[in-house]
This record gives sequence, structure tokens and C-alpha cells, in this order.
Amino acid sequence: MTALAPSRPRLDATGIGFAIVLTIVIVLPLLVVGTWAFTEVWRYPNVVPQQFGLRFWNQTLGRADVWSALTLSLQLSTVVTLLSAVICLPAAYAFARMSFPGRNILFFSFLAGHAFPKFGLLIAIAAIFLQLNLIGTFWGVVLIQLVGTLMFMIWIPVAAFQGVDRRMEEAARDVGAGPFRVFWSITLPQAAPTIFAAVLLSFVGTFYETEGAWLIGAPGIRTMPVLMISFINNQMVIQYGAVLSVMLWVPSFIALMFARRVIGGGAFARGFGG
Amino acid sequence: MSVLKITDVSKVFAGNTVAVDKFSLDVADGELVCLLGPSGSGKSTLLRMVGGFERPSGGVITIDGEEITHLSPEKRPTGMVFQSHALWTHMNVFKNLAFGLKLRRLPADEIKRKVEAVLELVGLAGYGNRLTHQLSGGQQQRVALARSLVLEPKILLLDEPFASLDQHLRERLREEVRDIQQRLKITTLFVTHGQDEALSMADRIVVMRDGRTEQIDRPDVVYRDPKTPFVAGFIGTMNLIEGTVSNGVFIRDSLRVPLPIADGPAILAIRPESLDLVAAEPGMARVHRVTDYGTHGLVDLDLPDGERIKSMVSHPDLFKAGQGVDLNPTAIAAFRDKMQVYRSQT
Repeated sequence: MTALAPSRPRLDATGIGFAIVLTIVIVLPLLVVGTWAFTEVWRYPNVVPQQFGLRFWNQTLGRADVWSALTLSLQLSTVVTLLSAVICLPAAYAFARMSFPGRNILFFSFLAGHAFPKFGLLIAIAAIFLQLNLIGTFWGVVLIQLVGTLMFMIWIPVAAFQGVDRRMEEAARDVGAGPFRVFWSITLPQAAPTIFAAVLLSFVGTFYETEGAWLIGAPGIRTMPVLMISFINNQMVIQYGAVLSVMLWVPSFIALMFARRVIGGGAFARGFGG
Repeated sequence: MSVLKITDVSKVFAGNTVAVDKFSLDVADGELVCLLGPSGSGKSTLLRMVGGFERPSGGVITIDGEEITHLSPEKRPTGMVFQSHALWTHMNVFKNLAFGLKLRRLPADEIKRKVEAVLELVGLAGYGNRLTHQLSGGQQQRVALARSLVLEPKILLLDEPFASLDQHLRERLREEVRDIQQRLKITTLFVTHGQDEALSMADRIVVMRDGRTEQIDRPDVVYRDPKTPFVAGFIGTMNLIEGTVSNGVFIRDSLRVPLPIADGPAILAIRPESLDLVAAEPGMARVHRVTDYGTHGLVDLDLPDGERIKSMVSHPDLFKAGQGVDLNPTAIAAFRDKMQVYRSQT
């Protein structure tokens, strides 16, 4: 048999067009903000800043409230994600594999939190939290942010568990594994890349969550995004906001890099199909 | 030394669909029995009940006299090979094979020895470190077989194991599986809808239809002496011609065949290889098409009323489309009320 000559990939004009448009829309603002963070002087007609420098980094990082906000945000995101996983993953498995009365209604109810204008919902919850003395507390914010993660942490893992081949589980039963062992050694590892993606989305989503944290947490709890808003509102210096947003990129950037290593390129492209 | 005994086993699914209806079968030690039938005949459901993946609605299953009817799969001495291979894709070949051994808490060096031995047995020595997706379909199926064999099950269950493979590979694998099965003398229940597979591998064939047994016999008997018209039509190619018997002669249109049974309706069964043709005008039938397969030829014939029948001939060049022929059956069987009522001695 003769080997076929490798065919040269055809240039896809539409694809390139989309890539360029997406690059402009996504990368350009990031570049501008990134540039602002390292700029000391940049006046109107100039395309390139007149003076670069780290002055605003020093000023921002020198503030105690920035560090406490960063620590708080990381703590909140970790606690919320862990709680969400503990609550949602068993529920997702039940939704995927068991049939019980009210299953469908219950399943769709997890969409409800996202089906209505969020701010209205938050106000209503805030009123309840006020009576429970949860306003301005760490656990109040945890609870409100937990609501926001429910959809990701139920719907994506349900798809992941449903995507696991039942025959694989049966084969494991066949060679002597009990139900729990099958879940631990077969089902969970098979669903893991997709579940990991859901956990990641929860973590990043919680880290950037602003409305709930602000409405329930104020004034005692100031997360990074809340702090950034107050920076931007109170001062007309663009660089403070820019520095903070660059700092806010860091966790999601690290998370994404980590995700690529764990999940591999294919899973993202396949839409976490399991 | 293991004997499988299935007694009056039934399976009724929700909605009162009867998948298996009071099925009984004894599989002798070291025997390979094929469950053969069309889709929906209940053969896979039956196999899954033996493996413990479906709960029988009634009846008893025993292995070596011990009842296992309601045991969960992990507590049964059975090993199942699935059609989809069902290999665990997050483990390499070695780990796939070692998983069951680890559950039995064997020492690591014994696990290693057993896995290497079974890989050798299925012709995959040295493949332990491969990931499952790096294997071809045939290799994956061999690993699936090895995964069951390494645990030395008393009963091996094969659920259409070659269905996803191409024809050539299928033929090779079924010879290999048969060799391994005979070498290990392992009692085996094999589900297939491919009659070739059943005829070439089985010690006995169970032909199933609608959850019931149509016939249980050796492959050659099932082929030569089908007890029902369903078996006659399902195994191999068979001309099944409906007609009436009058004064010891079967009549269908211009076809006349001596048939010494009582008068009344009957189905005449003739294998293509048992139907000789003699050129005649106008003749009992007319040649529709001649296909030359090299080793033999197949002639499609039309009776005057349009009924299509087939004849296998050794010299296809003797016949042309449109030509009239007389039919001369050398072996026949006849069915009435879904039972065999006559078979000519050959």
C-alpha cells in the first residue's frame, strides 16, 4: 500500500473571519486594561502611553483592604465550591441514575434561580436574611453564592453521569465490585473531567460574583469585585481599576491553565460531553 | 466442572411485555451453547438474567446445584463479555485485567503473573501498558474476553461479542474464542443473532423466538432437521412454500411434489441445495436471475403465481433468465400447524 500524501489543510475564510472578530472583541479590551495597569501617564491623542511604571501597583498592593479582599474572595470561593460539590454531586447522580417522584420538576427547579431577574430575587432573599441576621456575614454570602452555583453543579454533572456507559459499570459489577466500589472506581473517574469543569466554573463564577456579595455582604464583607466597584466609583483614576482587574484575572487564568492540563483539549471542544 | 441449569425462568418487563417465557435449559460442563434468535427474541435478556443484570420474574437458575437466581452480579461465579467491549477507558490494559483480581485481594506478584498469563492466552502478550483506545476493535474484544477469563469464572457469558467487528475479523475471533473455550473447558453461554456464528461455534444451539425455545439441538441437526417452520426459515436459506396436500401430492400452482401426509394445508420446505432443476418448456417455474458465485450458482425462480424460490446449482452457465424449468426436490420437509409433519430421508 502506498501512503497518501498528507493533504494541506484548506484555508477557511469564514473561520479566519470569526477568529479575527473574536480576537478584536475579546483580546483588545484585555490589552487596553492590561496596558492601563502598567501606565503612569497616558493622555488623549497618544496611542501609546507616555510613561509606563509600577506606581499604581505599589499603591494598590500597599493597601490592607486589597489583601483582605483577595484572601476573603479566595476563602469564599473555596468554601462555596466545596459545599456546592458536597450538596450537588450526590444529587446530580440521583437525577442521572434514579427515578423518583417529582424528579423532572425538581430538576428544572434548579433553573429557576436563573430564569428570573436576579436582582429581584436577591432583594427578596436579602429581606429574609435580614431577619435571620445573615446580612453582612460570611455565611450569608456563602449561602447566596451557593444558589448561583447550583445550576452548573447540577446540570453539568448530571450530563456527565448520564454519559457514563452503563455497560462499563455492569462489567465492574461482573468482576466483583459492589455498587459503591463501581461508583468510586468507574463512574466517578469516567465523569471526572466534566465534573472538574463544573467545579472550575463554580469556583471562577463565585470568585467574580458581585451582586449577591455586595447586597448580602455589605458593609462587613468586601470581596475583590465589590472592592473594585468601590474603587472605580470613588476615584477617577483608571489605573486602580485596571490593576485590580489584572489581579482578578490571575485566579481564572491559573484555573484555566490547570483545567487544560487535567481535561485535555478535546473535552472543551466536545462541550464537556463526558 | 460447572453445570448451568435454568428452570422455568421468565421475565416480564413493565407494561407486561413478556421478554422470556418459562425458559428452561441445562448447559453441561464444558459445553458451549448458543442462544440464537432475531432481535427481541429474549436471548440477551436471558443472558443478562444469568449474569445477574436483570431480575427474573419467575423460575430458578443454579450453577453446580447452588441457586443464584437473586444474587447480585458481583456475587456470581459468572464472567460476562459485552458487545460494546465495555473496557474501562481510564485504565490501561493491565489495570483493566487486574481490577477484579485486586478486589479479591490477591498479592501483587500473583496478579501480575495471572494477567500476563491471560494476555498470552488471548494473544496480546506485552500489551499491558497500552491504553484501551490504542487498541483495534479485535484487540479490545480480546481484552474484554481476557478480563472475564482471568477471574476463572465457572460460567462464561458472551453477549454478541463480535457484532461490532467486521466480517473477516469476526471469523478469525470466533475460531480463537472457540479454541480458548475448548482448551479451558469452560462452560459457556453465547448470544448471537448470526447463524454462521452459532453453526460454527456451538456444541448445541437454542433457537429462540418471542422468549421461548423453538428448538434445542446440535448445529447440524438444527440445519438438517428443523422442527418448526420458524427454525427452517431462520437457519440458512430455505424455500418455504405454502400450499395444499391432496391425495399424497403437495400442490402449489404448477408445482407438484409427492408428499405422503393427510390432506390439508401444508408448508413445504426445500433447501436451495436440495432443489435440482431440469430445463423444460413451459416447465413448473421460470428462471428470473442466475448468480454465479464461482464455487456454485444461485438461480432465482418464479412460480407462475409470482412466488419466488431459490435453487443452488453446480453449473450456473446451463441456465438463463426467462428459461422454463421443472423442479426436482431431492430432500424435503413439511410443516403443518407450526410443527414438522414430514421429512424425507436423504
